Amino acid sequence: MNSKYLTIDGNEAAAMIALKVNEVAAIYPITPSSPMGEYIDEWTAAGKTNIWNTIPLVQEMQSEAGAAGAVHGALQRGALTTTFTASQGLLLMIPNMYKIAGELTATVFHVAARSLAAQGLSIFGDHSDVMATRATGFALLSSCSVQEVMDFALIAQRATLESRIPFIHFFDGFRTSHEINKIQVIEDDHIRQMIDDRRVIEHRNRGLTPDDPVIRGTAQNPDVYFQARETVNRYYEQCPDLVQQAMDQFAGLTGRQYKLFDYYGPADAERIMIIMGSGAETAQDTVDYLSQQGEKVGLLKVRLYRPFSIRHFVAALPETTRSIAVMDRTKEPGASGEPMYLDVVNAISEARREHGLKIDPYIIGGRYGLSSKEFTPAMIKAVFDELKKDKPKNHFTVGINDDVTHTSLEFDAAYTIESESGIRAIFYGLGSDGTVSSNKSSIKIIGENTDKFAQAYFVYDSKKAGSMTVSHLRFGPKPIHSAFLVSRANFVGCHQFNFLDKYDVLEKLDPSGVFLVNSPYSKEEIWNHLPQKVQETIIAKNVKFYTIDAYKIARDSGMGGRINTIMQTCFFAISGVLPREEAIEAIKTQIKKVYGKKGEEIVKMNFAAVDRTLDHLFEVDYPKEVSSSVPMKAAVPSEAPDFVQQVTARMIAQKGDQLPVSAMPVDGTYPVGTSKWERRNIAQEIPEWDPAVCIQCGKCVAVCPHSVIRTKIYEPSYSDSAPDGFLSTACKDRELAEKKYTIQVAPEDCTGCAICVDVCPAKNKSETRLKAINMKPQAPILEREKVNWDYFTQIPETDRSLVKHSSIRGVQSLEPLFEFSGACAGCGETPYIKLMTQLFGDRALVANATGCSSIYGGNLPTTPWTKNEEGRGPAWSNSLFEDNAEFGLGFRIALNKQTEYAAELIKNCESHIGTQLVDAILNAQQIDEADIFEQRKRIEEAKHKLGNIDTAEADHLRSVIDLLVKKSVWIIGGDGWAYDIGFGGLDHVMASGENVNILVLDTEVYSNTGGQMSKSTPRAAVAKFAAAGKPLPKKDLARIAMTYQHVYIANVAMGAKDEHTLKAFIEAERYPGPSLIIAYSHCIAHGINMTKALNNQKAAVDSGYFPLFRYNPELVKDGKNPLILDSKDPKIRFKDYAYLENRFKMLTKTKPEEARHLMQQAQRDVSSRWSILKEMSSDGSTNDASTDGK
Amino acid sequence: MDLTTQYLGMKLKNPLVASASPLSENLNSIRKLEDAGVSAIVLHSLFEEQLALETLDLHHHLTHGTESYAESLTYFPEPVRFYGGPDEYLEHIEKAKKACAIPIIASLNGYTAGGWTKYAKHIEQVGADALELNIYHIPTQFDQSGEAIEQSYIDVLQSVKKQISIPVAVKLSPFFSNMAYMARRLDEAGADALVLFNRFYQPDIDLENLDVRPNVILSTPHAMRLPLRWIAILYGHLKCNLAATSGIHTDEDVIKMLMVGANVTMLCSTLLKNGVDEARRIQDGIVEWMEENEYESVAQMQGSMSQKSCANPEAFERANYMKTLQSYQPRS
Repeated sequence: MNSKYLTIDGNEAAAMIALKVNEVAAIYPITPSSPMGEYIDEWTAAGKTNIWNTIPLVQEMQSEAGAAGAVHGALQRGALTTTFTASQGLLLMIPNMYKIAGELTATVFHVAARSLAAQGLSIFGDHSDVMATRATGFALLSSCSVQEVMDFALIAQRATLESRIPFIHFFDGFRTSHEINKIQVIEDDHIRQMIDDRRVIEHRNRGLTPDDPVIRGTAQNPDVYFQARETVNRYYEQCPDLVQQAMDQFAGLTGRQYKLFDYYGPADAERIMIIMGSGAETAQDTVDYLSQQGEKVGLLKVRLYRPFSIRHFVAALPETTRSIAVMDRTKEPGASGEPMYLDVVNAISEARREHGLKIDPYIIGGRYGLSSKEFTPAMIKAVFDELKKDKPKNHFTVGINDDVTHTSLEFDAAYTIESESGIRAIFYGLGSDGTVSSNKSSIKIIGENTDKFAQAYFVYDSKKAGSMTVSHLRFGPKPIHSAFLVSRANFVGCHQFNFLDKYDVLEKLDPSGVFLVNSPYSKEEIWNHLPQKVQETIIAKNVKFYTIDAYKIARDSGMGGRINTIMQTCFFAISGVLPREEAIEAIKTQIKKVYGKKGEEIVKMNFAAVDRTLDHLFEVDYPKEVSSSVPMKAAVPSEAPDFVQQVTARMIAQKGDQLPVSAMPVDGTYPVGTSKWERRNIAQEIPEWDPAVCIQCGKCVAVCPHSVIRTKIYEPSYSDSAPDGFLSTACKDRELAEKKYTIQVAPEDCTGCAICVDVCPAKNKSETRLKAINMKPQAPILEREKVNWDYFTQIPETDRSLVKHSSIRGVQSLEPLFEFSGACAGCGETPYIKLMTQLFGDRALVANATGCSSIYGGNLPTTPWTKNEEGRGPAWSNSLFEDNAEFGLGFRIALNKQTEYAAELIKNCESHIGTQLVDAILNAQQIDEADIFEQRKRIEEAKHKLGNIDTAEADHLRSVIDLLVKKSVWIIGGDGWAYDIGFGGLDHVMASGENVNILVLDTEVYSNTGGQMSKSTPRAAVAKFAAAGKPLPKKDLARIAMTYQHVYIANVAMGAKDEHTLKAFIEAERYPGPSLIIAYSHCIAHGINMTKALNNQKAAVDSGYFPLFRYNPELVKDGKNPLILDSKDPKIRFKDYAYLENRFKMLTKTKPEEARHLMQQAQRDVSSRWSILKEMSSDGSTNDASTDGK
Repeated sequence: MDLTTQYLGMKLKNPLVASASPLSENLNSIRKLEDAGVSAIVLHSLFEEQLALETLDLHHHLTHGTESYAESLTYFPEPVRFYGGPDEYLEHIEKAKKACAIPIIASLNGYTAGGWTKYAKHIEQVGADALELNIYHIPTQFDQSGEAIEQSYIDVLQSVKKQISIPVAVKLSPFFSNMAYMARRLDEAGADALVLFNRFYQPDIDLENLDVRPNVILSTPHAMRLPLRWIAILYGHLKCNLAATSGIHTDEDVIKMLMVGANVTMLCSTLLKNGVDEARRIQDGIVEWMEENEYESVAQMQGSMSQKSCANPEAFERANYMKTLQSYQPRS
């Protein structure tokens, strides 16, 4: 069959079909399904049509619950409608799914199956989400590979229209959704033939219309609900046959035949594995391998999991079946078995009892692959081996070491079935160096220019700055089914020299394999710079060793830090996957294809890089003896605490898979303050302080996104024992003139963003290019600064009572309790969080919405929330995306009740504690930190007086007495949460009047999932789901909140007026009701120069787009206007701000007319909002000079 | 009253041309300029460096931070088409041509012979009536001779002239060892007009922030003295037309420029400062002056006060300063 091939990932394959066979898509971003919605949005924006030659309509919703509601509505109007989702998103759709199925409505939801948040959130793949929908009445159809994703997307669409049963078409998140594989594309004509227009019209005719009204969605009573529920049975009975018919018709058109239950293996197999999803691909390869060795093993791939057809299931099993292992990629704690295991047990039992099935296999069930845990041939072999035993282990796990309840099967990690033919390559790179892009390009070149098959899968870091990527590529003569990471490579590329002493990059390299390193050293020098272990491995494996200084070529070609094209050229030149000349030509063609539309300059730059590469690529002729004594670096320093040594360090070193169950906390509780042990060393340059120039304003400390710039004010005696090179100067504060002052940088934690240098207002008077802090190459000063930092950490923290908490200058030396997070270099959110912790961290509880802040704040291995010397610090938790305000309110009401209870108890214990002290405790004001300090002293005294009194009341009091020190509840999240998915809850929490502090880190897009439009996105900005520019203005959350009149509200932008931000934080926290701080947060998703991002903040304020104001209901008591407008009249046009940012500028390059039109409207938005605020604040406008920060 | 003049092979209804400025960036103000009576419009410039920089900048921002973190592998939608490079500018020329009846002169700003040629061709294709090459270059290399710099101007002009058949004006700065020699070379190399002179944005020092800042200052009337002198000197010696630009704010300024030999005068600062209708007021002033002084046509006065035609040609030369002093008679 003459078919067209494409090399694409699973999400694209699903979206291609979804576009063709739908009229409407209601979408909402969630990893790993977001790209499906993004594709369909981009394609419809570009005018692509479905098979009825009309462009589908795409609607972004405020949540998956909203998307499901919109899908339900569109279906009820008879439109062919789809959606894409995963994980928590799918859970939010469940209520509507019952309705959609109950009403027998045809639709296909495409799901990139993902773990559910339990003891921790995971973005990675398993079937937990899909399994949670079993009872909804949706059919569940599982794809195992990228090819099947495309095929089953279409089969599902036909089957749903034929059967009227709605379908979930699912595939494994990341492993299939993000795996790139070469697949045969279904031709439009075949799509056309698969969809029967009569069914489409029937579907449409069932849609509600006032021209022929019906009522659907009634409320039913005990008399009929039950019977009505049973009416659907025959549809479910017919569904499997209709799916099989769809599969058969599809086979007739494409030659690819699928079965509801596809058996794979020898006809006389005795041991059978039953499995769904990508694991079946690996199992297929393993069955081939084991069968060749005479093992009687087979595989049953479950395609249609619901409705589960026992008839088709038993018919697919070989008659020789003696034992079965059912593999569930989910966990159902407390169940008598995982879901598919129970289905199989029941199916065999029922078939034997009712349908005369002869075989009576021994059935066991097991769990594997949760959260994309690798599922390898070694594990599959272990399962088959287990089935050989007389009493195989039931309810097993495989892939982990369960040393607690001993469920796990042992497997030989070294066992591999990796094909000898073809190329298997692993590349280690940085996100920023373009390694993944180059590999995506390579796989396209090979997939689309040769008859070879190709597969690529990428493993990313949990950090957003300086993140490592590992690319796994396979090329070969046959379709590639191996759905696991490359276990034996014949090519390893290490694109960052400094990985060599951190990670064992040669572990997977075959003997005589190729090792390519990007290094700054010549072919003669490089050997002497390698760590000992690397030298040993190179010699032992007789490696063919190549080197190139790719960064030099990149610089010379104008590519900056991106070495993608260079390393790609090296790979082709060395691997011989294509003849060299042909490869160069193909690379250039690909460059033109990818970059041509963006401009000739980019093409030229990349061509130059390609042309320069081969002359700088050298094979290294290395000695056969190890000469290096350079050791591998320890993941964490030896002084790190036990847990960090035993657990965290293993995760950092990429050995987390080897941690046993016993190493894990049972309830998801982890120690705080672990990020300080990771010391990632990712900065090329770090700031260096010049005390002579410094004016000690503290602005650098305030804006540092990673809390790596610290100041301390301390006794001069500490300077005496300071190491050489440790800098200090006299404190410029008149009242502290006898103290010493130091700014110290944590050299191994800095990301090198340089935003501190940008904000520094002090210039060197003799050489104005220099400031009080200046970026310097890290390597030459690293050792000195490490020593300095260690010494600095030993100097006591600044006495908090000595400095003014109401000025940035004073706050700078307050210890941050949020440090070294995984946020992007130059992040605009984290400075606000850090400020909160400096001010209130030792008594804060933080409810954090899912999003960037929950990822850089809570993603293992290390986390940034920490505690002070007294052991106090923010207590942090993340519930969900949608419920964060409610979650935080839960903290508040629990505190309210428990504080009340503590007050009651302390009163009851008055005889022990003393009336005076009890009264002082209960009547304490606790407004500022001095009050809190006094209250803490009183509580300590009370505890002391309580002593060991052994009464129930005393025991209870001891457990709650600390709550009598005022606690500060912070509800933190991004605009996706506050404006969209969590707005209902946010609104309710504001309406509650309770004392919570809501901090909205407003980046104006869903930053964490890659920049999708939220209701905070400004008009005229391009975002995902708004490829043609957002046509409507940003929602005015502040003014909505003002309608309550009891909510403290502040619009702040630290980059524009840091003192104003500080003032707002202090006022918000003191305000005894709900407070809402909307904090302008510049973001990498704005397409800006992150080093200069504070200028963008300033411009946003100067243009009037992001006015600074405070709305303080307390002012009303004094007869004042509660709204104080803190920024001055706009002094630049909106576009002068907007066109500093790619999100706006891009539209001028893609849709110039719309850009002009939307920009005019956006200016009107800004002007009108400004006028309204001005009017509202009249008499209240102070333009308060005290917040100018000067 | 005949106000017509010849410029770049076109007969213009008057000598008032709107020079490259933000006013020509949108169609509304282009229409307003026509309504106010200007005889031709020079569009804002397509900047050679800007094109390259914008492309690279866009590319940087579309790739920065991508493929690093599993949840956000990209941050922007992938557009199907980019109006990168000159596309938008070319569309603007087309629209400007449709929006008004007066000639539209496109403007290219740069200094290398590289990318220009291609853009010039596109500009011609979309219907521009003429092209103004704005050679905007401050040479700072210590090893580059004046000769090489002058040659680069000639190279740019010739490479553009080879590609297109619409007339080409060259707008240049006065900073040559011998402006007359340079003007002659450009004339010989095929320039259809010289636009005198370019004003560079001169940097300024921001004392508060200790920064060097570009500081855009609108031209003041005294700026016209320099082009006035050179037009007077060049008039009658070259085949090409002469356009006066810089500091032309009033009807009298225009008349002076015409008298020293300008074919047209370019208006910019005054229109930005006083509004587009200022062009109408200037034109009315010229007519009034011509009536009062009994001039019949612009052609009649063109060049009448040039160095070649005036009574005291030495007044335009360097010695002028000394003679001024000598002619100064202290009051008794």
